[in-house]
Formats: sequence, C-alpha cells, structure tokens
Amino acid sequence: MRNIWTIAKREYKIYFSSPLAYIVMLIMFGVIGAIFALNIINLTSNPFGFNQAPDTTIVTGPMAFLLVFSAPALTMRLLADEQRMGTLELMLTAPVRDWELVVGKWFGSFLFVLTIIGFSLIFPLILNSMVDPGIDQQLMLSSYLGIILVAAAFLSIGVSISAMFSNQFAAFFLAMGLLVILWFLIGIPGQVLFTGGEIFDYLNMNDRFYNSLNQGIINLSDIVYFLSITALGLLIGSVAIESRRWR
Amino acid sequence: MIRVSGLTKDYGVRRAIDSLTFEAEQGEILGFLGPNGAGKTTTLRILSGYMPPTEGEATVAGYDVVSESIDVRRRVGYLPETVPLYTDMTVFDYLKFMADLRHLPNGSDRVDETLEMVGMEERADGYIGNLSKGMRQRIGLAQALLHRPEVLILDEPTIGLDPGQVVEVRNVIREIGKERTVLLSTHILSEAQQLCDRVLIINKGHIVAEDTPANLQASLIGAERGVLRVRGEADDLIEVIGKIKGISNVQSKEEGVLEFQFAPGQDVRAEVARTTVNAGYDLLEMRPIGMSLEDIFLQLTREENVEIES
Repeated sequence: MRNIWTIAKREYKIYFSSPLAYIVMLIMFGVIGAIFALNIINLTSNPFGFNQAPDTTIVTGPMAFLLVFSAPALTMRLLADEQRMGTLELMLTAPVRDWELVVGKWFGSFLFVLTIIGFSLIFPLILNSMVDPGIDQQLMLSSYLGIILVAAAFLSIGVSISAMFSNQFAAFFLAMGLLVILWFLIGIPGQVLFTGGEIFDYLNMNDRFYNSLNQGIINLSDIVYFLSITALGLLIGSVAIESRRWR
Repeated sequence: MIRVSGLTKDYGVRRAIDSLTFEAEQGEILGFLGPNGAGKTTTLRILSGYMPPTEGEATVAGYDVVSESIDVRRRVGYLPETVPLYTDMTVFDYLKFMADLRHLPNGSDRVDETLEMVGMEERADGYIGNLSKGMRQRIGLAQALLHRPEVLILDEPTIGLDPGQVVEVRNVIREIGKERTVLLSTHILSEAQQLCDRVLIINKGHIVAEDTPANLQASLIGAERGVLRVRGEADDLIEVIGKIKGISNVQSKEEGVLEFQFAPGQDVRAEVARTTVNAGYDLLEMRPIGMSLEDIFLQLTREENVEIES
C-alpha cells in the first residue's frame, strides 16, 4: 500500500507541472461550463422551463463523454514514458512489485481526475442555489458515483495500454479507440442482432451509465461491472509490465 | 554474497550469456571485464532482479534472484548502464522518492548524507534535466547507495565522467568495497586493474579468465619483455645482447631501440647494461614492459574468437 501511495503521489504532482493536464482540465471545464450555461439560459428563457427542474446530469453527462478522450490523454505517458526513458529499469529493480507500480500509476491519474470531478461540484452548487427547493440530491450522489466509476474504468484501460507501449501516442490512440468502441459502438450489435446481442448489451458501458447511474438508479450489477473493468485493466497492465522482464 | 551457477540467458535465438558460474564475497570488488556485447549488462540485470535467467541459478545475499526477487532488490543497489533518471524532478525529490520506495526512515536526512557522499549536495534543488552527464552519473550512484546496500551492482560506473570525477567515483566505490560486495562492469582495463580485487574476463557470454589483476598478469605471461635504447645505430648490438643467458627474441623496433624477451623472475638488467657499454654504445634507457591487462585481454578474447570460428 505504501509503495502504491508513494508512486501515486509522484504522478499526481507531475500532472500539475504538465501542460497536457492543464489543457485537459481547461477543455473539460470549458465544455461543461458552456453546456451548463446554455442549459440554464435555455431553461430560464423558456416560460415552462421550471416545470422540468435542471439536475446534475447536465454536468456528469458531458463529463463522461469528455473522459473518453481525456482519460487516454492523462494515462498515455504513465508507463510508456518509463519504458522510453529507461526508468522502468529503475522501478523494476526497486523493491516494488509490478502490480504495485501499475496500481500506483493508475491511482495517481485517478486522484487527478477526482480533483477535476471535485472542482466540477461547483456546478451542482450553483444549480442548487438557483432551483427551489434545491436539486435532487440522490440523483446527484448517483450520477457522481457513476462518473467516478467510469473514470476509474477508463483510466485503468488507459494504464494497461500504456504498459504495452514505449510510444505514448500509440498508447493514446489505441486506448482512445478501445474506449470509443466500449462507449459508443458496442451497443450497436445489440440493437441490430435478434439473437446473441445480450453479450454486447452486457458490455455496453454507455448504457450502464446513462440509463442507470446517471438517472439516479444505483444498481449493484453496474457498480460491479465498472469495478471489474477497472480490476481487469490493472491486471492486464501488470501482466504487460511483467512480460517486459522476459524480453 | 553472490553465488552464480550455470547462468544462461537467451534473447530469442541469441544466447547472451552461456552457463556463467562465479562467486563474490563480502568486502570484495569484483570486476566484469569484456568488450561491448559480451554479456556484462545481461548478467548484472539478472543479479539486480530486473529479469530472470533462462537457465541456471543465482543468489544474492542468500536470496534467489527469481523466487525471492523483492528480497534481493531490497539488498542490492543498482546503477544501470544508461543511468535512467526522472529528468522532470529535482535531485532531492527524486532521491526522496526512491528512499520512500525503499521505506527508509528519515529519508530526507539519508538523501542529504548520500548527496554529500557523491559530492552533489549543492545541486539538491536543481532539476535533473539540467545536470551534466557526470552529475547524472553521480545521482545514479547516490540512488544505488541510498539504502547502504549489502551488494552494489554498477554497470559501467565511470563512463562519461571527466578524469577528476572518475577519480572521485572510484574513491567512493573503493570505500564501499571495503565492507560490502561490489560488482562492477567496465571495458576500461586500467579501471579493473586499479579498482578490483578480482577480475572476470567475459567474452561472447563465456568467462575466459578469472583471477586477481596481478595474478592474471603473472600467469598469462610466459616471458617478460624489455626495451633498450642506445645512441645511434644498434644493429650490431642485437647479436651481442642475444648471447646473454636468458635473453631471447631480440628485435630492432626503430633506430637505436631494441626489444628483447627474458624469462620472468630473472634479473638481466645489470648484465645487459654492462654488455651494452662494453660494446661501445651509449646506454640511454632500459626498462621492462610488462604485459598489460590490455594485452592479456586482447589475447584472451582473440583466442576465444578463433575457437568459435574453428
């Protein structure tokens, strides 16, 4: 645990000296802020707008979408750069287990995204002060739990891909491609196929967020699903690092 | 401290090292000498717990490098050949990070002490990316020394340093080697000669010689050679010198310079001097030329090459 924390702490600090991390932050808050503002303007200018009180999903919805692209950007460097710089040799000869290294890297990026998510709580707070009698707090909890789980899974996939490459851009594009498939495309076969589509429905990440957690439905199977994806990504990442030793 | 038997490593079809067997004791500096691609780095990487061997066994400080890798890594300080460092960190932060990974109590104090050992205490707050090659080398060495390891494994520790720094680093290594085990690789022969208690000469994955630098020199030299310089032509002298008992193979290298062989342990200097002067020559210089480790090395690795080709 201690090694994971040591590694995560270092990665977390490095994000704050990396321009890329600031760009990711800027884009996320820019887009979310714009969507938020448009929603508010739209609702306030519509005479019947307040019949449908705005909720936190106008924040968490776009955020999940943006994470498909920003999570790979935040994780691409984590292990690929260690390989390119040769510092992986340093880590693999320090008394640190391979999985501790991978989990530590993931946790560092997760803490960074948690920070972004934490800052985004400003939007629900604003919303809460605008609507009477306040926003749906259970929905807020559920959608924020959802976005945290989505972030954990996305970053874990990103880290596992980063472990396989020494070129961070290769890691970025592959991780993003994988997330695009898991988020946008995997639901399609389920809608087209008459039989055998269940497996795709089961794997559909998008569905488990937008039609469940992001609607205030806290379903154990969804939580287990996202945690399993996270664990699987970290496991694959650890195996990829260990296989580096044999080459 | 280090026990290695039958260590073999294949990269695909290429065999990098072939059943190496050797040992190193506490308080010993063991040098790994060989040309590039001989298998030095591979061997050191296996012993540092970086990668497992294909075959064979190795224990470091009593722990197996494969099954007890973490225990080995706790007791080993390792400086890789490429000196990988996190260039985006300051010297202090980097060493503190490595100290934390090793769970050192009072990590900050230990970092300061170690920086002092390698003479880098003034650069503690500088970014590693801004340091020169020699300074990075010393930071790498500091990293390997942080936990005062029982075994220090250094891959080409003085490469890229200026002569002053080489002396400093060698002094540090020598100091550590008094109590702990140091395994270092080098392709600089004089370094092995100066620094090591024992030298392993490795070529194409095989150990071709193993002994103290002095013994290697003594055992491998069948005869010693001497140089004689006189004023003017010395062609006539060849025959005269050749007649002295114990001297053979007299050759003229250039005008006034003769080289000759004499049996080891036999002091022929007085006789050669007397003969030269009696023959009417002005004796300007006379000195023995011992076979250097360099010559031995070339000889051994050449023999090895011939063996493989045949």
